[in-house]
Amino acid sequence: MPPFQTLLDDHAADVMGVLRGAVGRADAEDCFQETFLAALRAYPRLGNDENLRGWLLTIAHRKAIDHHRANGRKAAPMADPPEVPVEDPEPLDGEIWSAVGALPPKQRAAVALRYGSDLPHADIAAALGCSPEAARRSLHEGLKRLRKELA
Amino acid sequence: MKATLQRLAERADAEGLLDVAYASLDSPFGPLLLAATPRGLVRVNLPNQDPGQALEELAAKVSPRVLEAPARLDQARRELDLYFAGKLTEFGLPIDWALAHGFRGKVQRAIERIPYGQTRTYTEMARRAGNERAVRAAGTACGTNPIPIVVPCHRVLRSGGGLGGYGGGLPMKEALLELEGVR
Repeated sequence: MPPFQTLLDDHAADVMGVLRGAVGRADAEDCFQETFLAALRAYPRLGNDENLRGWLLTIAHRKAIDHHRANGRKAAPMADPPEVPVEDPEPLDGEIWSAVGALPPKQRAAVALRYGSDLPHADIAAALGCSPEAARRSLHEGLKRLRKELA
Repeated sequence: MKATLQRLAERADAEGLLDVAYASLDSPFGPLLLAATPRGLVRVNLPNQDPGQALEELAAKVSPRVLEAPARLDQARRELDLYFAGKLTEFGLPIDWALAHGFRGKVQRAIERIPYGQTRTYTEMARRAGNERAVRAAGTACGTNPIPIVVPCHRVLRSGGGLGGYGGGLPMKEALLELEGVR
């Protein structure tokens, strides 16, 4: 196995990019730490260094899902919702990404990997552990749904 | 990103996942690469040796959990700086002998005990390691010393007084002996 540092040198920026797409800039740092600590824990037993990038992105994806689950549990309804909306927020990237966050896991991952970090289909397939066709399908389904949601 | 990676190294260390930490050090001879396990200094890579290869060797022979994490090398860097400045004659930092095996390992441990400013011959080192006739093996042990400078293989010379060899190149061996006031 190559020294773990080379995984950081080669893929840290990509992993951070994927996580920023999946959980937002503010929480990406925590997910990044969790991703690489988990990878470091498992690394000596991995025994196969053929697609380390795909392996790291898979872990990052799982950490992003964990993060969304934990947040889902925390989100309690407010006691006194404000009656008047303070201001209509600009429909920026944030809205798109929260819609991405609401997609089913595979579609969400495919969209985040494709547009959050600009991965080709083959890498998305490797990260998701599926065939390139299946990755393409998830991406397609995800985009179709997003178009409907955001229309 | 730099702060993020530093935090990662700290957390890895705290969770017992930082098996090999490394850092570089500017020496008068060029950049040294230093590596340490939780037990101690395990590798010093000299300026003319490929640092990438040294890290791969550590990954293969000690653990693949190798991270750039200078904090663990603070003592080593401090002591080496003082040594190069001529202000330190005995290293106090802990050593991990994980890369020193068999007869070579015995020779390397014997080399560690050669005092500052003194020299020994390859024959003497072979004898100290328990086999006086294994002079060539003693030479190989010097050549494969994983922790040069701190384990001072530059203090081992030929019986006739010739310099012998040095992994960092003979000019470096001569300069180290000169620094210690030997030649």
